[in-house]
Amino acid sequence: MARIVFVQPDEQVVEVDGRIGDTVMHTAVANQVQGIVAECGGSMACATCHVYVDDDWLGRLSPLSPGEGDMLDATASGRRENSRLACQIELTEHLDGLRLTIPDMQL
Amino acid sequence: MGGGVVIIGAGQAGLQAAISLRESGYGSSVTILGDESHPPYQRPPLSKSFLLGGIDADSLRLRPPALIDRLGIDLRLGTRASAIDRRSKAVVDANGVPVPYEHAIIATGSRPRLMSIPGSDRAAIATLRTVRDGYDLRDRLSTAKDIVVIGAGFIGLEFAAIARKLGCNVHVVEAAPRIMSRVISATTAEYVHNRHVRAGVRFSLGSTVSAVESRGDAAVGIHLSDGRLLKADLVLAGIGAVPNCEIAREAGLAVEDGILVDEHLLTSDPHISAIGDCARHPNAFSGSCIRIESVQNAMDQARTVAARLLGKAAAYGAVPWFWSDQGDLKVQIAGIVNGHDHSVLRGPTVEGAFSNFCFRSGHFVGVESVNRPGDNMLARRLLTTSRTLRLSDFEDCDFNMKALLGKVAERCAVA
Repeated sequence: MARIVFVQPDEQVVEVDGRIGDTVMHTAVANQVQGIVAECGGSMACATCHVYVDDDWLGRLSPLSPGEGDMLDATASGRRENSRLACQIELTEHLDGLRLTIPDMQL
Repeated sequence: MGGGVVIIGAGQAGLQAAISLRESGYGSSVTILGDESHPPYQRPPLSKSFLLGGIDADSLRLRPPALIDRLGIDLRLGTRASAIDRRSKAVVDANGVPVPYEHAIIATGSRPRLMSIPGSDRAAIATLRTVRDGYDLRDRLSTAKDIVVIGAGFIGLEFAAIARKLGCNVHVVEAAPRIMSRVISATTAEYVHNRHVRAGVRFSLGSTVSAVESRGDAAVGIHLSDGRLLKADLVLAGIGAVPNCEIAREAGLAVEDGILVDEHLLTSDPHISAIGDCARHPNAFSGSCIRIESVQNAMDQARTVAARLLGKAAAYGAVPWFWSDQGDLKVQIAGIVNGHDHSVLRGPTVEGAFSNFCFRSGHFVGVESVNRPGDNMLARRLLTTSRTLRLSDFEDCDFNMKALLGKVAERCAVA
């Protein structure tokens, strides 16, 4: 398992445990984490699972998927240096404690 | 307030309707009747990753059961709705139990069209719609070597790509002269076809199947009308979907290749709405009455009806968008491109990615893309922001959608 720490726009913190191999998106939806919409269910077709990754963790994620950058440019809340699509972040043991902030809006 | 909402169908549209009602503060009862025994799940992975075996039915769940409970949604699985008693305003389930409603939402979806040729009454021809179909196909794929896919639409091609990945021989038979002829342009279809061919998929286009040969439940061969016999130990038919409107027709609602609804998604009965695959609705993007079979349409129509039931009626006007993952190809459409009379292709890039901009009578109607998900997003935003874009607008900015979005935003600011 890997613990994921989600910080809501109102600064409330939600911690959930995800299975190694699942994506952050899948874990968020399965644990009822508010603010991850994931319209397309993980197909990288909707950009509504946008998250801002804490600087400490950003470098530990695998690189952007082909096309992910373009998708991030089209997110509702604006792309930042630390933007990622949660459906493209696969959990590994090294991501235990991963900390992310959920944007104000996904749609 | 009294009464409540009864939703017929526990698929993508049905569950979204319930969730949207609750999230917007609907306080009366919300009941969903679903004929499948699996809790509401997403179908797209069934023709892709699910067949590769990495995930199980639980991973497909749209929402955890705990959340559905917490929202006070009465989800009755394995409970087919058998009739709608409009006079007493109750949905009658298969056990004869009446479920009263203040408003009913029909979200019965569609089912695979079945072949009707000699030999097709056996179980030898598989179709793919449900989790059960998915498990069955997964099983058959583990021993299959020679696969025939009937129908070169999205399901057929997604399945063909997976089967190739698994190392099977794959032959796709399609009656039309080209693939994806119902929805995609000839330009895009040709590129996608070539990519499948490069991956080793064989095609017989402009060909029809005349009979299926089987031994018990197992397929052995497919006879084509031109006399050829294709060896096959697995046959999948992906020849389109039929809307499930029987319950509506029997209740006396207007039905014609779908349950007829107005722009608010209301049927001919003011207490009954219809959403998703089964609903034939006037669509602003096609300029005609159509059914749209997509995740986006199911979810957005659900939201539209929920909003209306909470006092915020609005015509259904969400931008249609769609994707199909075929092997390494992400095929996407933004808008409704059927009936376009002019298109401009940008690409393909060295990696084979491209976007095809579609116009009708000079008006922008949408974009087809392969492996350019960003273009799909931009096209969606353009269609959301402006309904009056013309070919000249695109030519002026050299088809740079980001620049065009900027221009459109300026125009709106000035206006």
